[in-house]
Amino acid sequence: MSKMTYREALNQAMVEEMKRDDRVFLMGEEVAEYNGAYKVSQGMLEKFGPKRVIDTPITELGFAGLGVGAAMAGLRPIIEFMTWNFAILALDQIVNAAAKMKYMSGGQYDVPMVFRGAGGSAARVGAQHSQSLENWLANVPGLKVVMPSNPADAKGLLKASIRDNDPVVFIENEINYGDVGEVPDKEYIIPLGVADVKRAGSDVTIVAHSRMTGFALQAAEILAGQGIEAEVIDPRTIRPLDENTILASVAKTNRAVVVEEGWRFAGIGAEISARIMERGFDDLDAPVIRVTGKDVPMPYAANLEAMALPSVAEIVQAARVACGKA
Amino acid sequence: MSAKQKSEAGITHDGLFFPQERLHEIHDQMLFIRRFEEKAGQLYGLKKIGGFCHLCNGQEAVCVGLHQASEPTDYMMTSYRDHGHILARGSDPTAVMAELLGRSGGIVKGKGGSMHMFDIDRNFAGGNGIVGEQVPVGLGFGFSSWYKDDGRVTICIMGDGGINQGAVYESFNMAALWKLPIVFVVENNQYAMGTSLDRASAETHLFKRGISFKIPGMKIDGMDVLEFEKKMREAMEHARSGKGPMLVEAITYRYRGHSMSDPATYRTRAEVDEWRSGRDPIARLQAQMIDAGLATEEHFKQKDKDIKQQVAAIAKDAEAQPEPDVSELWTDIYNDPIENAYPYPGKVN
Ligand SMILES: Cc1ncc(C[n+]2csc(CCOP(=O)(O)OP(=O)(O)O)c2C)c(N)n1
Repeated sequence: MSKMTYREALNQAMVEEMKRDDRVFLMGEEVAEYNGAYKVSQGMLEKFGPKRVIDTPITELGFAGLGVGAAMAGLRPIIEFMTWNFAILALDQIVNAAAKMKYMSGGQYDVPMVFRGAGGSAARVGAQHSQSLENWLANVPGLKVVMPSNPADAKGLLKASIRDNDPVVFIENEINYGDVGEVPDKEYIIPLGVADVKRAGSDVTIVAHSRMTGFALQAAEILAGQGIEAEVIDPRTIRPLDENTILASVAKTNRAVVVEEGWRFAGIGAEISARIMERGFDDLDAPVIRVTGKDVPMPYAANLEAMALPSVAEIVQAARVACGKA
Repeated sequence: MSAKQKSEAGITHDGLFFPQERLHEIHDQMLFIRRFEEKAGQLYGLKKIGGFCHLCNGQEAVCVGLHQASEPTDYMMTSYRDHGHILARGSDPTAVMAELLGRSGGIVKGKGGSMHMFDIDRNFAGGNGIVGEQVPVGLGFGFSSWYKDDGRVTICIMGDGGINQGAVYESFNMAALWKLPIVFVVENNQYAMGTSLDRASAETHLFKRGISFKIPGMKIDGMDVLEFEKKMREAMEHARSGKGPMLVEAITYRYRGHSMSDPATYRTRAEVDEWRSGRDPIARLQAQMIDAGLATEEHFKQKDKDIKQQVAAIAKDAEAQPEPDVSELWTDIYNDPIENAYPYPGKVN
């Protein structure tokens, strides 16, 4: 094990995969000479040269589509969006092209590529630069959606995403980039579609992804002090969703809280709680509770911003309600 | 006539020699596409073909000229008006017809329909329904050739309406910046649905649209197949030799409405007639070949009969196919479908 940041783990994943397979290249705004807006691609231009680490103009739609075509023609592109906020400009290529080429071509064309970049809310940057859009993308059949919550997962999942033969939407967390964690030294891959139990517990299941996993773990510590043992599950991939791990946990705890940073309406939490209801109804002793971002554009003012986001206190409260102890 | 002279029978157009057999091939391909589209129109009228169905009657010279000027290894992609292009490319016409009819033997298993035809063996990458979407995808194919240095050229086709999409200019910029081997082809058939070129475009000379990206442009008569092929070869040569992209504007016309549901009342009869009888690419080539003593009117009459019969048989074969197996609903979405990914009521096993 070595200690490294989430950003370094992502960098290692790309470097290892590019060394392994010369069809893999990285393209995006500022990825090469500037070393990446968030420095995720630090040093990669030096290692691989300008043919494989390529700076683009500010044309998200264009270079996202370039990735689709290049993947169809046999390469394995990693397309970096500076943040997912700007990937909205490229939605046509992600949703209409990447996700559906395999289907529309009757299986003739694969699109083995990764769209990656910073997602989730950032700090004090206002409504256009601070939002979670994973539910939009997870809604689309043909896309896989991956969201790691710590450095080790970031590395293992990104390597799996690069090797995957389908288009993968890989959403990193802007605020987690500097987080430090233990990462195995040996090469390892975390298969997509496998959730991780981040903390075992018997009283209530808390499902949380990306940055919210950390919030859920903090909440679980507080709950433990209050005599409630929470099990924290990080799905790690939103689509395909490992519902078996979630359902097994609910069968044990009989209670569930689903946490997400994104908006409540038609969010990931809505999907997960519906699945628990559909397949785990008999195991439930209380309704599933959702803790979500508020259904508002992200405010700039610090106090309002904090209110718009889920908090550890809200998760603690929700777990208590689920356990009938509020 | 000596054997040597005989083998040299043909037409020289602007310095490019077209031997007799190839002229026949070109002619037959155009006529086949014409009759195929007519049959498709008929089957649509009978409600056997559903959804949108965009025919390319009138534009056959562009379809065939592009194909003749390119190598089988070159990549090609276009919009939803794709039947003519995939047929010219040499794909199995029965599979194309079966696709239109939503049958199991469809070229994409009945999953695409009229707008989404693909043939990976012929490097034909769609068949794309969002106006302009195929252009960044074409950029990517061109990029792959640059990356792999495989000597291929990408032919990326769009309409006179599609060229106004922002994605096109993003692609022009990158293609020129990195000198990618791409020929962008605009099929200027004068209308985007009901909107004439001059009502949608500030600069109607579309071949000039690449100027600010330093992409050279060429305007070609798309109703003259020999002229089209000749110039298109020059464009392909430019791209293949590493000089970067080229923009080709093919002046053409669609005889039918935008799609089968469009009666095209926005055009005058006189205008349509002027193109149909005055400039038709098939009639024109026939006249040239007869003039050059390479074929007779009789030959073409007989050919037309044969092709009509051939197309009728293809339609019959395609129609006789079953619809796709219901299990196909769940295939071709992911390479490795996750167990339990579809545990819902309604799952087809
Ligand atoms: C992004 C997008 N906007 C609108 C449409 C609806 N639409 C389909 S075809 C078309 C006209 C396009 O005309 P043109 O590019 O000239 O191609 P042509 O049909 O003449 O071959 C429109 C507006 C669409 N499919 N995609």
